[in-house]
Amino acid sequence: MRGTSTHAPLLLAAALPGALLLTLLSLAVGAVPLTLQDTWHAVWSDSSPYSHLVLQLRLPRTLLAWPVGAALAVSGALVQGVTRNPLAAPDVIGVTSGAGLAAAFVVLVLGDMPLWTLPLSAFVGGLAAALLVYRLAWRGGVSPMHLVLVGVAVTQLFAAGIDYLASAQADRVALAVIWLRGSLWGRNWEHLMLALPLLPLLPAALLLAQRLNLLALGDAAAQALGVSVNNTRRQALLLAVLLASGAVAVAGTVAFIGLLAPHLARLLVGADHRRLLPLSALLGGLLLLLADTLGRGLLSPLEVPAGIMTALLGAPYFLYLLSRHRGGMI
Amino acid sequence: MKARLCVERLTLDYGPRRVLDDITLAIAEGAFTAIVGPNGCGKSTLLKTLLRLLVPRQGKVLLDGHDLADISPRTVSRQIALLPQGAESPEGLTVEELVHYGRAPYQSWWGRADHEDRLAVAQAMTHTGVTELAERPLHALSGGQRQRAWLAMVLAQQTPIVLLDEPTTFLDINHQHELMELLAGLRRQGRTLVAVLHDLNQAARYADVMVVLGPDGRIHDQGPPQRVMTAAMMQAIFGLSCHVDTDPVSATPRVTPLAGAPKGC
Repeated sequence: MRGTSTHAPLLLAAALPGALLLTLLSLAVGAVPLTLQDTWHAVWSDSSPYSHLVLQLRLPRTLLAWPVGAALAVSGALVQGVTRNPLAAPDVIGVTSGAGLAAAFVVLVLGDMPLWTLPLSAFVGGLAAALLVYRLAWRGGVSPMHLVLVGVAVTQLFAAGIDYLASAQADRVALAVIWLRGSLWGRNWEHLMLALPLLPLLPAALLLAQRLNLLALGDAAAQALGVSVNNTRRQALLLAVLLASGAVAVAGTVAFIGLLAPHLARLLVGADHRRLLPLSALLGGLLLLLADTLGRGLLSPLEVPAGIMTALLGAPYFLYLLSRHRGGMI
Repeated sequence: MKARLCVERLTLDYGPRRVLDDITLAIAEGAFTAIVGPNGCGKSTLLKTLLRLLVPRQGKVLLDGHDLADISPRTVSRQIALLPQGAESPEGLTVEELVHYGRAPYQSWWGRADHEDRLAVAQAMTHTGVTELAERPLHALSGGQRQRAWLAMVLAQQTPIVLLDEPTTFLDINHQHELMELLAGLRRQGRTLVAVLHDLNQAARYADVMVVLGPDGRIHDQGPPQRVMTAAMMQAIFGLSCHVDTDPVSATPRVTPLAGAPKGC
């Protein structure tokens, strides 16, 4: 809507200091709580006793939240745009769990594989899951509700697969536990390097923004306006799978960010993908960082994985959406 | 008769069902062509093949002698526009934003509007009388207003050929009339119009050429309404006994079903 779109620069101006503050806060929170002053000091001075804790343990994790959260959020926005379905998201249509299963297979069954095999296997698993769900939901076209229902069923199947692998390979489970629930725990600078390929993929989504806007008018209208509908759909889905599986490869199956972030963004700036995609990315990073920080701080020194925190936030919202769209509108 | 857009021996199936059978058609330039026929005979399907939204099993659609299959959608979109049937209106999209989308065929990937774009949008909105509605979201409009907003988008596209898929179907009679008069105005300006129309009397009143599709997916007849709209055609295509006379207002043929139950169909 025009009325909301004019708030976009204001929103961004408010979000940036907020993001910086949350970043600092996330460095302070944990089993060893620090004051903001100590944290600030630890970042900038080698003489601080907390330098190692902040720079080697907490900083990579905090930084990682941004590309991972943003990738999941943009992936969700792309899937929602392509399917014209507000309930679609990489985790709803099985991509995240497919990527998770493939990566868990590498970690649990194959064992000592180099770190780079994770994103590769996650991508293969995510793509296979997307194709499988699409194929199963196909009835001469894919109805949104059908896609979600098939996605939920397939997600359960993959989750069972992950659980089976975990119980069959009990001796390796400690390593894989980080995978199973989606978390930023124990991530270091090496993982951050692994997430770097996500960074050029995020602006690449903007190349599709206007075409997704036109696609929202319906296939016929979009094609008449010069959009190659099938190509656009394929490109957007491929990019969505790449982003989601890249995120899964470093952080495991973090739930609901891909659904939640684009929704909040849509409420704030409307349906125009040129504004929606960047704001989704920002909110996705923010949500994951918030979930990770809360998960560390709430029951400290115990740690609640970020994936559980996002599920706690996301599940009620998903139910709310389902109830609102019950009338077959979607 | 000159024609830029032609259909040659086109056949199209939906699964096992033949929807269009051996269609050959030349769309007269600068004229208003109405496609009529019973429900499910493939009227909208024929319109969609004119934009290559559906891929035919056999035959081709030619634009200026080139097979549409070999031309990019973007190139086609500068020549042919479409007013879709019961178009979706994304939540929150305003009238002005929609009309701006009509400029997409001329814009870069980001859709940045230049002076020419803004001029075309303003003209299109004035022409269809939606300027005061510019800031309103589409889903808050009445059916007639929304259809005029979509027509403004189509006009902003500035194409010589405009296709319309049942443009009046869900409108009240006053808004139907308003829209048809707008289309008549476009036709006078020299645009080529092709519309799928439900209402035969409306088609006969406004169209220069009527194309009658039969239930078998073949063209039953095509030509000026005065020649095509006959009691025999009504009986053959709709299975309905009709009286045909001349409309006292528009002096075009008018059909009125006779009393009694229809046979066949």
